Amino acid sequence: MSHKVFKDAAAALEGLTFDGMTVMSGGFGLCGIPENLIRALRDSNARELTVIGNNVGCDHHGMWLVLANNQIKKVLASYVGENKILEQRFMSGEIEIEFNPQGTLAERIRAGGAGIPAFYTRTGYGTKVAEGKETRQFNGEWYVMETGLVADLSLVKAWKADAEGNLVYRKTARNFNPMIATAGKVTVVEVEEIVPVGSFDPDQIHTPGIFVDRIVVGAHFDKHIERRTTRPRTENA
Amino acid sequence: MAWTRDDMAARAAKELRDGFYVNLGIGIPTLVANMIPEGMTVTLQSENGMLGMGPFPFEGEEDADLINAGKQTITDLPQTSYFSSADSFGMIRGGHINLSILGGMEVAENGDLANWMVPGKMVKGMGGAMDLVAGVKRVVVVMDHCDRSGASKVKKACSLPLTGKGVVDLLITDLGVFEIDKQAGRAALIELARGVTLDEITAKTEASFSVALR
Repeated sequence: MSHKVFKDAAAALEGLTFDGMTVMSGGFGLCGIPENLIRALRDSNARELTVIGNNVGCDHHGMWLVLANNQIKKVLASYVGENKILEQRFMSGEIEIEFNPQGTLAERIRAGGAGIPAFYTRTGYGTKVAEGKETRQFNGEWYVMETGLVADLSLVKAWKADAEGNLVYRKTARNFNPMIATAGKVTVVEVEEIVPVGSFDPDQIHTPGIFVDRIVVGAHFDKHIERRTTRPRTENA
Repeated sequence: MAWTRDDMAARAAKELRDGFYVNLGIGIPTLVANMIPEGMTVTLQSENGMLGMGPFPFEGEEDADLINAGKQTITDLPQTSYFSSADSFGMIRGGHINLSILGGMEVAENGDLANWMVPGKMVKGMGGAMDLVAGVKRVVVVMDHCDRSGASKVKKACSLPLTGKGVVDLLITDLGVFEIDKQAGRAALIELARGVTLDEITAKTEASFSVALR
């Protein structure tokens, strides 16, 4: 096995966590979150964390566990609903939340990982999001300058990896994970399966292994569904 | 009498065109997915990273890795593609999506939209709404004309923090339809809902508007 593969989530985070650090975590809602690594982050007891991700888990799931363990100081996210503890701590001023438009957040992470310090976007022009930021006109339209984001540690969920760290995601569980994989000083990935090197078609790899430092097979996947919606099996389809 | 939620969704569905790529917001806009006219090809984009959204799964076939932007379990279609959030918002911000239908808290006569926060209340976040209204070619807002106290949500100027400045092309309420000329910053009433009179909608609208009923 390659030096990138670790035996469990705790081992995969060994020596990487510290108080005051910035952590990025993939997922949209609870879909595609690195749930085993999040539990290990909670168990690390690192405090005063700045957490960057689309959401901060929801009640009893995902990054909520780290929040409930009083480890988070600041959040950068686009949507934080269905999370009572976060609501209470935000309203009381215990936690700072920087709301980012979802596409701006995705692009800030992509830019950070690609070595781009800032970019201009039309999103948020003329709104609170643009307050205090540089604005500039291109071709007669106004744009807001947004900065790239990087993190001390990136936590990623992929479907499968090989020992080189090449990753493949599954369906909408991809979401923020590919950009987050590029934007961490150290990137740790949890997967459902590690496959032999050579079993991926090189044309079908979503994240090349250069972005991945450590890999672990998740011990337990809840894959909790937030809104289970179905249709009846009545029609003769 | 006025339009019901289904009526408003049906009116929004009239904005669909064959070959359109469309993003639907949560709430009434979601109902539009079931109102795509027979024979018309419309591809639904879900901003969490999917083009070609299918219906809800049969019971027992839910997949935690396959949800829409409202976090509901869904299915894919033969033509579906999956991609990252960065690619998804590249489609949105880059003007590749033809139509966005979303809800609103307030719309102003100049096309300003507020739909993400009420000062003093818990803010959940704007999600993808700011990117959608800034980037999608045509933005249709569907909302009730008045709030629960009876105050007009169709304003001279939004009082709530904006989601986008001068971004709404068409406003559909339970009382009627307004077309907004974003360049000129003016609204025109183009349709009245069933059983609604011009006097009634005028009395219930704070915004100024011209009347150009079709």
